[in-house]
Amino acid sequence: MSIVESPSTPDAASIDPFDLEFLRDPLPHHAVLRDAGPVVRLEKYGVYAMARYDEVHAALVDWQNFQSAAGVGLSNFRHEKPWRPPSVLLEADPPRHDAPRAVVAPLLTTRRLRDLEQSWRADAATVVAAVLDRGDEFDAVTDLAEVFPLRVFPDAVGIGTEGRENLLPYGDFAFNAFGPPNELVTGAAPHMPPVTEWIGRQCLRENLTDDGFGAQIWAAADRGEISPEHAPMIVRSLLTAGVDTTVTGIAAIVHALAHSPGSVARLRADRSLTRTAFEEAVRLESPVQTFFRTATRDLRVGDVDIADGEKILMFLGAANRDPRRWADPDTFDLDRDPSGHVAFGMGIHQCVGQHIARLEAICVLDALLDRIVEVEPAGPERRHLNNTLRGWESMPVRVRRG
Amino acid sequence: MVDTLATASARRNAAHGGTLVVTGRRDVAQDVVELTLARPGRERLPDWAPGAHIDIVLPDGTTRQYSLLGDRWDAHSFTIAVLREPVGRGGSEHIHAQLSVGDTVGFGGPRNNFRLSPAPGYLFIAGGIGITPLMPMIRQAELLGDPWRLLYLGRSRARLAYLDELAGYGERVTVHTADERGRAVIDDWMPDPAVAPLVYACGPERLLDAVDRWAAPLGRHRVRLERFTARGDVDRPTTAFDVEVASSGAVVTVQKDESIVDALRRIDVDVITSCAQGVCGTCETGVLAGVPDHRDSLLNEAERAESRCLYPCISRAVSDRLVLDL
Ligand code: FES
Repeated sequence: MSIVESPSTPDAASIDPFDLEFLRDPLPHHAVLRDAGPVVRLEKYGVYAMARYDEVHAALVDWQNFQSAAGVGLSNFRHEKPWRPPSVLLEADPPRHDAPRAVVAPLLTTRRLRDLEQSWRADAATVVAAVLDRGDEFDAVTDLAEVFPLRVFPDAVGIGTEGRENLLPYGDFAFNAFGPPNELVTGAAPHMPPVTEWIGRQCLRENLTDDGFGAQIWAAADRGEISPEHAPMIVRSLLTAGVDTTVTGIAAIVHALAHSPGSVARLRADRSLTRTAFEEAVRLESPVQTFFRTATRDLRVGDVDIADGEKILMFLGAANRDPRRWADPDTFDLDRDPSGHVAFGMGIHQCVGQHIARLEAICVLDALLDRIVEVEPAGPERRHLNNTLRGWESMPVRVRRG
Repeated sequence: MVDTLATASARRNAAHGGTLVVTGRRDVAQDVVELTLARPGRERLPDWAPGAHIDIVLPDGTTRQYSLLGDRWDAHSFTIAVLREPVGRGGSEHIHAQLSVGDTVGFGGPRNNFRLSPAPGYLFIAGGIGITPLMPMIRQAELLGDPWRLLYLGRSRARLAYLDELAGYGERVTVHTADERGRAVIDDWMPDPAVAPLVYACGPERLLDAVDRWAAPLGRHRVRLERFTARGDVDRPTTAFDVEVASSGAVVTVQKDESIVDALRRIDVDVITSCAQGVCGTCETGVLAGVPDHRDSLLNEAERAESRCLYPCISRAVSDRLVLDL
């Protein structure tokens, strides 16, 4: 019997969070980053990183000291020009952030979404039925997770039916662009101009239906609550952030169920657990893995000094599996209270569309639970690599019907 | 260097059931007292924007709304200013006569029905204590470099708060007091419709009615008023009450110093929360019976009156029992 040396702990400072190897399986690297301390300097990019729950949570709510307006990607808007005009929601802080956020948030509350729920549930039943009609095996990503959001969300925003195939590549690119110009960015960049142009056109008032979120955002401009220049920017934010993330969220639920035998039966027996299932799934997978903040003055975190203007990378995904905060963090646990996870961020920039993501996912989950009693992996899963998002390209599953 | 990140334990104990302690008190005009309020453990307070107000719940259960007028970059204290109103229902009298540094009050919110929208310029009109929501708006307009003017009306200079700070803005501020100049002619201040500033006014009814008449020529959305209307306040003492879980019939008593969510956890009913401050909406729960004491920042006045749901991470009950759709 030979003794295998455990590989020496790689130095946290040399970790490259945008390396393809890292993106393929970030979990071991997250552990190294968390264990290295409350804050680590990543040498390759000259930025700081936080991966522990407490520090990430505290920094996310502290917009006064950790700003978003210098960009939530690697690029620092204090010195660099962004690839597109910055988002008036995500890449703005008070006071400029106030009006756009105040206009969007009430449109997307659970109470307002109740109007959509019935038709989304019907759509979910139709989508699930169509998948199951083709057999007991399907790809949870391409056959289901990508199909449902693209069926309901663009209609809810009110964009035209032509060209919707641009939505996923656009979102994918936008989230890649928060990272460095690695091959994920440079490979897609040449194809982007027509896509970006199409997105821009969808945000114009004349191209939006008169009953969707888009029209309601323009109506707020009529009321003088936001400036007319901001209206299309806010519609763009919905289109950028509202598709790829929900695809991943839905896939994350199926993934969790497929890898936790008995969970489908448990959820069928007690549907009130579907909320927990969704929150646990996004805690574990954290569709948005990272966002940067920028120090607005000289700060001290732990025993590290961070100077005004330095970028700090928040590892939402690592925080959501921090054993300092979560018992048995890598387990999908329907008995856990997942309250306080940071998959949607926290504080003034907390995902404004989170209730849409929940509703979409719960509609699909309930439709599945109506039809199946078990789901299991049916082949190797393939990750989709993105500088910011954690998701899949393919996830073959096999179901047993009820 | 400043150490900005609160320790984990400090943050986890941060709720204190929506309690604030008075950390400062000073007279800022005749019959106007300014209070500085903080969490008992000095933890971070919820975010707010100009125009926001909080509910203050006094020990006898009296609830009143006060505009926030401090600095939103200071996440650890709220500032309000309270006019003593002899004909009021006792809230302001209590604050003036009784509340001193170290005392605690309950609070709800912040909520904002008087948001500052982007505009090429602003005309602010304050009558007396109506200056309170406008102070942070003025600072914000300054910060953004937007042109603004203020007309500040009152009976006498002695009764007008913050004249010192406003004096620093020079020409942009016009103070008009009845004892020096007689009754102001509000219509003389109506902006040129072609210039298109937004008008924000707060003060006595008669002043607001006069400004409201400008909405015809200027446009409805160009005139924004904050009325100090009594909202049919109920007494909302922070006391224990019972919560019933509709699906199982289980009942738990929510103690004075814990949230509904915490109480439910004791009987193994989990309500998923995120912000735990009534800001995000994650914990929204249907109310089947009972009268909620809404302390969230989410529901507007109409929704609060309707009371079909509440945010159990922060809100409480006025009635002895709430039945929740859980
Ligand atoms: S948890 Fe955010 S509103 Fe209750």
